Amino acid sequence: MIHGLRILVSVMSGNRRLGKSVKISVASSLAALSFATGMLATGMLAVGILAAGMIGAAHAQQPVALSLTLKEQKFDPAELHAPADTPIEIHLKNLNPIVSEFESDDLHFEKIVPTGGEISVRVRPQHPGRYRFFDDFHHETQGYLVVP
Amino acid sequence: MLAALLIVFREVFEAGLIVGIVMAVTAGVAGRTRWIAGGVTAGVLGACLVALFTSGLAGLFGGSGQEIFNACILSFAVLMLTWHNVWMARHGRELAAELRAAGEAVVEGSKSLFALAIVVAIAVLREGSEVVLFLYGVAAAQGGASFAMVIGGVIGLVLGSLVCLMTYLGLISIPARYLFSVTSALIALLAAGMAAQAIAFLEQADILTTFDETVWDTSWILSESSYLGRALHTLIGYVDQPTGMQLIAYTATLAVIVALMKLFGTPEHRHARPA
Repeated sequence: MIHGLRILVSVMSGNRRLGKSVKISVASSLAALSFATGMLATGMLAVGILAAGMIGAAHAQQPVALSLTLKEQKFDPAELHAPADTPIEIHLKNLNPIVSEFESDDLHFEKIVPTGGEISVRVRPQHPGRYRFFDDFHHETQGYLVVP
Repeated sequence: MLAALLIVFREVFEAGLIVGIVMAVTAGVAGRTRWIAGGVTAGVLGACLVALFTSGLAGLFGGSGQEIFNACILSFAVLMLTWHNVWMARHGRELAAELRAAGEAVVEGSKSLFALAIVVAIAVLREGSEVVLFLYGVAAAQGGASFAMVIGGVIGLVLGSLVCLMTYLGLISIPARYLFSVTSALIALLAAGMAAQAIAFLEQADILTTFDETVWDTSWILSESSYLGRALHTLIGYVDQPTGMQLIAYTATLAVIVALMKLFGTPEHRHARPA
């Protein structure tokens, strides 16, 4: 932008050595334009996300709450059930004497559960299927979420 | 022993990819080994601290402490990686050609090294805290660290470090004229992947659930839980079942990094990818 102004001044005062200045000003104008476009896009994106968030909150589905305990290296119950296409909230209480990591690749969550602790994870709406979750610190400990 | 080996290997493998990239990106910069070693050490100490305070952390913010902590440090890493790319676009040529006085180059270079050291520390902290918790838990259950567990852990550490070495050697074998573009692209993708990961944590904590439905499913092509899937997850942010919000965060991060590099870079270095 400043280069552009300089060029304007040069032209107006009859200065002929414009080649390099023109190139710099075109380059810097393009850069500024890309930056402005990038910032505008990000701004619109942010506004869009906020708006979607507000609309989403108004229409939010109530998640289905499921409870689980981890005792003697086993999940209880070993099988959870939830309806399809509904968000799920799994609440886990760790009754083992050691810390565990409650994890699922299929359901995309991983969270450390301290011994004696209780944690919650939100699971996005799922299609019908059988999904495995496990204790990442003790892979033999596993359970399934069944969505009919 | 196998359980200890596998867990240590997996976590060191993921952190090792990032450390390998950072080592390659800073190849030739004076003093970078010290900075990166410092980052790794800080990460290990941080991992022990996080492991120590895990119960407290889990209970914060209505049970969302872990996810918020992870989202925050990942976001901070995204900022550091962005800053590095923009800084390199501006100063990389001078640093490489040593056009500046040696003293200035070292000072300028160390600002970028500091940012990357933070990224390394964050990566080691995140992966390391799981390792520390697991090993501590196993030791507590057994009444002490067993020989098998220690051996398994050491082997896992060595194998994971091999991944780091291979990543580094693979990257520095790239011809110098492409190295800047390739490493800038890798750093940008690393940042985009971390941004999407941060979103995933917020979704898990029920804090940000807009657009949280699965957009596409490529788990039949490449599962995120396979080793290749994990590697791609760390390197380029591959997710087999991305949500809408994760995709938005990923593309927005890339867009902002590219835009900032174009704005602040010297003409030769405005492109993150070869033209």
